[in-house]
Amino acid sequence: MNKNYFEIIRAGINSTFQDLGRNHLYHIGIPFSGAMDNRNYLLANKLTGNNHNHPVIEFAYQGPHLKYHGSPINIAITGDVSFEIKKGDNLIDGKCYQSFILENNDELDIISTNKSVYGYLAISGKFDLKFQWSSCSTNTKANIGSNNGKKLSNNQKINIKEINQNFMNTKLNYVNTKIENIRVIKGTNFDYFSEEGKKIFFKNEFKVSKLSDRMGMRLEGKKIENIVETNIRSEGLIKGVIQVTADGFPIIMLSDHGTIGGYPKIGVVISADYDKLVQLTPGSRVKFQEVDLNSAETLFKLYDLETQSLISKI
Amino acid sequence: MIKNISNLGDAALYCDFGKEVNRETNTQVIKYFKTIRKKNILGVNNITPSYNKLIISFDLKKINFNKLKKVIDNIEITKSDNTQNKKLEIPVCCEEEFSLDIKRLEEILNLKKEKIYENFFAKEFFCYMTGFIAGMPFLGDLEENLRAKRLDTPRVKVPKGSIGLTEQFANIYSFESPGGWNIIGNTPLNIFDNSKEKEPNLVNPGDLVTFKRITKDKYQNYHE
Repeated sequence: MNKNYFEIIRAGINSTFQDLGRNHLYHIGIPFSGAMDNRNYLLANKLTGNNHNHPVIEFAYQGPHLKYHGSPINIAITGDVSFEIKKGDNLIDGKCYQSFILENNDELDIISTNKSVYGYLAISGKFDLKFQWSSCSTNTKANIGSNNGKKLSNNQKINIKEINQNFMNTKLNYVNTKIENIRVIKGTNFDYFSEEGKKIFFKNEFKVSKLSDRMGMRLEGKKIENIVETNIRSEGLIKGVIQVTADGFPIIMLSDHGTIGGYPKIGVVISADYDKLVQLTPGSRVKFQEVDLNSAETLFKLYDLETQSLISKI
Repeated sequence: MIKNISNLGDAALYCDFGKEVNRETNTQVIKYFKTIRKKNILGVNNITPSYNKLIISFDLKKINFNKLKKVIDNIEITKSDNTQNKKLEIPVCCEEEFSLDIKRLEEILNLKKEKIYENFFAKEFFCYMTGFIAGMPFLGDLEENLRAKRLDTPRVKVPKGSIGLTEQFANIYSFESPGGWNIIGNTPLNIFDNSKEKEPNLVNPGDLVTFKRITKDKYQNYHE
């Protein structure tokens, strides 16, 4: 029997299986999940010859250190990531956006992301995974998805059930840029905030807090004063909604967010900026910039065209 | 009826059914939810009903706000969308180890705990929505004398199965999660079953729910 697998020497901080997520279950309380940075997720899959909805391993900050057992396989890593491949005594310095071949007993050490949070590891094959609601995407808070809804842990095995025998030699020139101005559309409760509060929101700088994860990004800065009510009747949320909690600080809903929330919505991050938003590391300083719906739609078209053009270059 | 549709960001419709939170308004929200879901409109993703709002998110690659707004503006809710409400009875044990906040409620509401339970168990609740965490039902309405604010500092971990009260609503923690509701008991029933792909939720919007008090003995030997 052909047994191919990764042995996990070090699991990393938050390594999970992800794909495009679940986009139709909010009404029963199941979050979107899926790869946080959609563009880098798609590029990782294209570099290894996969279709656009193919499970990958997403890691945050420190990635996994893996030892490969089995017949040769292609891998690719995307994001802004430092990694090494050990082939016996030979140490290869890894480069993102490039395919590599792993052979039996090779080690892949994903040391860390650099000026970003998330990176992606795709393989030219299929991880042996159980899907839930047609997705492998793992939500570790609700224990939904592959690997029993848990992140990867030390000394576990990652089985690979199928390897694509067409070897790739792919490469892409791409550098991730960091966002400083997050573009937003005014939220449905924008008028809950004082004139001074609105000014603070659009003029002042905010700092990304350490208390940020796949569910949400908390921001620190000057307090935004609420002059109406610090709670609203609980209602649906979507990715990118910026709520201001009773303490006056904004919190941005990210891919694993709860489906319902009761804090006023001051704004919503535009779809075009979401991938870059999630990559902001704690301590980063950002400003919010207002755009209207038309501009947001145009900006999304541009973002999507750029993504498609990058994919077509591989 | 929908009073107003606005955009929530660039990829969602925010349908407002008015300020009132009552069964009538919520029944309208749920009717729209069911009708829109059945229509399988190209590009529509998550549809989230709540007390008096319906949020429809969509794939910006396939449709945009103005186009989808037109579709929703012209949707007709027919009589056949009137689905029968399911009736459920949920067993609850109120032993001390489960009723974490009953003492706090006795003080706030100025009622003896037996009176609190008597009122609570006599009520038939209506499920307004599910969510926040997978499968959590939001049930209403509690009588005026049982309405209390949430805890000042939410618990980091509310045990799975806990029954909580806040303002006019009751909820059930479908699994262990942070939360700030006043906990009065615990159910041995599995409220969210993630092994069921089709209907993982025990309680769904529009359902009618009553609670039945059970002994600790029954709780421990409970088999669904």
